Amino acid sequence: MIWPLYDSGIAAGLLAGFLFGFVLENAGFGSPRKLTGQFRLEDWSVFKVMFTAVIVAALLLWLSKQMGLMGNGSYYVPSPFYVAMAVGGLLIGAGFAIGGYCPGTSVAGLAGGRIDAFVFMIGMLLGTALFAAWFGPLEQLYLATPGPEGQTLMDLTGVPEWLIILALAALAWGGFRLGSTLERKLGGPYQASDLYRESNKQN
Amino acid sequence: MFPRPFWSPLWAGIALGLALFLTFVLTGHGLGASGFFTRLTAEAGQWLAPELTAANRYLGDYVRGEPLQAWITWEVLGAFVGALVGALSGRRFRPQIERGPSSGVGSRLVLALVGGVLTGLGARLARGCTSGLGLSGGAALAVGGFVFLICFFAAGFLFSFIVRRYWQ
Repeated sequence: MIWPLYDSGIAAGLLAGFLFGFVLENAGFGSPRKLTGQFRLEDWSVFKVMFTAVIVAALLLWLSKQMGLMGNGSYYVPSPFYVAMAVGGLLIGAGFAIGGYCPGTSVAGLAGGRIDAFVFMIGMLLGTALFAAWFGPLEQLYLATPGPEGQTLMDLTGVPEWLIILALAALAWGGFRLGSTLERKLGGPYQASDLYRESNKQN
Repeated sequence: MFPRPFWSPLWAGIALGLALFLTFVLTGHGLGASGFFTRLTAEAGQWLAPELTAANRYLGDYVRGEPLQAWITWEVLGAFVGALVGALSGRRFRPQIERGPSSGVGSRLVLALVGGVLTGLGARLARGCTSGLGLSGGAALAVGGFVFLICFFAAGFLFSFIVRRYWQ
């Protein structure tokens, strides 16, 4: 077991972040029109990129454990708080559709020169402050329905990890096909040339 | 200046998956984003209302140390630089207020602010966002990550109907 290295230092943070931001921007995820296109069904990039990334990373994590490079239970798995995570997911989904970003993509948006991404960030700070101010009444919801610590889909279903990954890959394949069909029908996805064509005239 | 095309979703997804896996190998955890904004809120609170922030049961813990001295700060800084390099090398850097063709500057900024507030609230409630809980939790095959993702997409579709005229 040589992995993980448990190096949460400055260099590891900068490197991981650099790759994260570089890929997000190159995927077009700095653009709120492209991002929200997912929910108008005309641009399936959010689904495609996220699902592919989840499967690739999950597969590599599984392989590293199979090969004895990484120990079981050696990396962080968030413990579920079902209701809080469901309500939080609903709020972030609403915030994404309305505001055009999520926290990570707002960083990519700002780095591409977008002032609306900066305003979205100010909103996030206000939202966080509101959460802190209302923590008293919200605490019950925040702590409600905790699940088993570090609960995985394997723990929940009893299905082996490789089969879960295979099922996710099948789901992703279906999503890719459905997405591409709808994109063709609805005139998507957004290309860089659509989004930046008139960019110097905008504002 | 014509922009370079985006990467195809499949290749971008593979690249993101590799970056995410590398992060797990290096640190033992995945990528995140909203944690930085929590720390930034704590830092701002320390400046604007130090006593109130220190006494707050949620943010108080953060201001007992230096709120911004954390791995996530460096990661988000790195993400900003990475995206800047991506935008510049792709000839996609444009100072602008990006909005739908029928949307004015004012309404766009109000919606950005409202969306941000909802996202800030939601990320604290869920203990993570699309990156930390959805992407990283999803890769770890965490049940919580998938609960989050399902609700994220459901609300996204629902609210998209209400605001679609601002984007189209």
